[in-house]
Amino acid sequence: MSKARHEEDFSLEALRSGDRAEFARLVDKYSPFVYRLGLKMLNSPQDAEDVLQETFIKAYRHLQGFDGRALISTWLYRIATNEALMLLRKKHPDTISVNEPWENEHEDQEPLQIVDWCCLPEGELMSEEARESLDRAVDSLPASLRVIFLLREIEGLSTRETAEVLNLSEAAVKTRLSRARLKLREDLSSYFGERLEAYEHGTR
Amino acid sequence: MNMEHGENCRHLLASLSDYVDGDLGDELCQEIERHLDGCDNCRIVIDTLRKTIYLYHVSATPPSVPDDVRQRLYHRLELEAFLRKGGS
Repeated sequence: MSKARHEEDFSLEALRSGDRAEFARLVDKYSPFVYRLGLKMLNSPQDAEDVLQETFIKAYRHLQGFDGRALISTWLYRIATNEALMLLRKKHPDTISVNEPWENEHEDQEPLQIVDWCCLPEGELMSEEARESLDRAVDSLPASLRVIFLLREIEGLSTRETAEVLNLSEAAVKTRLSRARLKLREDLSSYFGERLEAYEHGTR
Repeated sequence: MNMEHGENCRHLLASLSDYVDGDLGDELCQEIERHLDGCDNCRIVIDTLRKTIYLYHVSATPPSVPDDVRQRLYHRLELEAFLRKGGS
């Protein structure tokens, strides 16, 4: 899927000159990715739809200024993440900007949950309840970590592409991805730790 | 249960994410693997970290746009003429 996303067979010339058919192809190809990102960032179908519409309206307006140095998907992700973060800040004014340096940038939270839940059966790991728990854990990440986790792990962007999208250094992307992953591991360990206890109790 | 953090465990923490991605040099990798041989807690952290990432990958919803959302998008962009083509 990530490979399919990278196949960029659009005519920049046609896009820049306002060719509607070519623009429709662009919308058709990338709207599902933009919508998914919006949904996971904002956890609201209405907000995700707003992000989707605004992204392509802005893209159309600014296509002439797109110089083609970045992949067009990277450029669209940049517009989409800006829209999503702007909407988040409007709703939660205390949201930290992605570009603000972190207070404890070099201090990792030490792992507290040491439970080996890897051995749980697939049915437990992939249950509807487990999936909800995965979603909740992502929702509870600060926006500045969530966006990086989503771009890297769900949208499949490389570290470099993610850095380009967010205008951050690759080192900052790596540090924050590491934090996001460790935080998610903590949350999942709480959930699956309980499931493991129940499971072992039930099979004893 | 709390992890009893040794200096080595703390040192490892900063490299964990790169380690599971296979982004570390041989020397650092070997250092970590030597540590893991003797540290069950770190072994569990690494295993559950890998499993966490794996679960997010396999449970990711495929990208799609609901039909009504797609129609409103094409309408807003004045692209209705192209709605039939492609489709999701």
